[in-house]
Amino acid sequence: MRFRLVATIAALLISSPARAEQLLVAVAANFAEPMREIAAQFERDSGHAVRLAFGATGKLYAQISNGAPYDVLLAADEITAEKLVEQQLALADTRFTYATGRLVLWSAQPARVDSAGKVLAEGDFRRLAIASPAAAPYGAAAMDVLEALGLQHLSERLVRGESITHAYQFVASGNAELGFVARSQVYRDGRWLSGSGWEVPAELHRPLHQQAVQLSRSRDNPAASALLDYLRQPQIRALIASYGYGVSP
Amino acid sequence: MSGEDLGAIWLTLKLATVVTLLLLLFCTPLAWWLARTRSAWKAPVGALVAMPLILPPTVIGFYLLLFMGPQGPLGQLSDWLGIGLLPFTFSGLVIASMVYSLPFVVQPLQTAFEQIGQRPLEVAATLRASPWDSFRHVVLPLARPGFFTASVLGFAHTVGEFGVVLMIGGSIPGQTKVISVQIYDHVEAMQYGSAHLLSAVLLAFSFVVLLLLHRYRKGHLHV
Repeated sequence: MRFRLVATIAALLISSPARAEQLLVAVAANFAEPMREIAAQFERDSGHAVRLAFGATGKLYAQISNGAPYDVLLAADEITAEKLVEQQLALADTRFTYATGRLVLWSAQPARVDSAGKVLAEGDFRRLAIASPAAAPYGAAAMDVLEALGLQHLSERLVRGESITHAYQFVASGNAELGFVARSQVYRDGRWLSGSGWEVPAELHRPLHQQAVQLSRSRDNPAASALLDYLRQPQIRALIASYGYGVSP
Repeated sequence: MSGEDLGAIWLTLKLATVVTLLLLLFCTPLAWWLARTRSAWKAPVGALVAMPLILPPTVIGFYLLLFMGPQGPLGQLSDWLGIGLLPFTFSGLVIASMVYSLPFVVQPLQTAFEQIGQRPLEVAATLRASPWDSFRHVVLPLARPGFFTASVLGFAHTVGEFGVVLMIGGSIPGQTKVISVQIYDHVEAMQYGSAHLLSAVLLAFSFVVLLLLHRYRKGHLHV
């Protein structure tokens, strides 16, 4: 009797339930909110266990090039996934655009930002927060906008967060009156969650085609490809769109 | 080394100097009180002073960001005084670094004051020295090793600061972009060469500081 009990427990411990895998996913900071929701649904639907690590795309890239144990990368641009494929750190045929990001000029104060973004040129503010242009695609896109509008002189008022989450925190705490953040951080189901914002026209900055890719080191992990397939499902695309992202039809 | 790197080094030295001088001014009376008092407040104040030793710098930085922000008490005060908000400014960094390096200055001073004991002060008093006289001519010379250690540790600890600056600095060149943040930016942008160079400077700096401190202590014990 006792032997059977021990044997059963041992069997349970050794043969982990059928093909449930561990996944470690590197996620661009702007996609943190939707990805938490998607990961929870994916775990429920597939039985795989998912852990998420968030950061600026440039930082995640540096980590991956130095051997970080991620299985999948959800980047905030296309160049990073492309570079990883070139260096054979990622699998070429798994690369696809899971969302198209939108940049917004946002303030925690209601009615502070007008719907045409004139507040930038009027200059009635002290600090403008952006994500680090060197590490975060949304930061680089924000610099594009300033250049396109001929407002480079505002660079004196820029404060840089290490990722788009950090930039958002500067604005949300009121320490910077304005900031360029990701629409997904301040927008849900067609309206601002709080404060006021301007949806920056996409033609003012480089496109934010956010690409996902499976990393070479997890070539044989079926959960990685399952997650990438899952991101293409209609109900998941609808969820991504509800956060203010563009999704290709 | 680029101009921006040199700017970061200069800014860091400036910050550490200002912070160390202000901390010496502020901490001398505080350490004196802690060394002498029998008040029930001694333990809680001592614990408060030591807190930056164990709190993660990100916690200190996060609370300072809220404390100095438009809704925070210090933020409202500085705004009312017409200074504006302190995050993302050099003055803001000075205040944050003072909080962060506080125990490194208070504790060596407190130890030095405690070691002097009552006796020299009693002798000075019988010679009719005023409290201020005996502080200047008895306490200060006797506590000199404590002042040296406090200055070196306060300075070095401020140079090595990262988490707090990252949270409230905003990485503005010439104002809040200190060496450690500059290194972090280099690493993030995969400029490993520049990161190496600056890191080597910091490495050499901390080694020399600790070596000097050790030598001084040893020399002082033999005197």
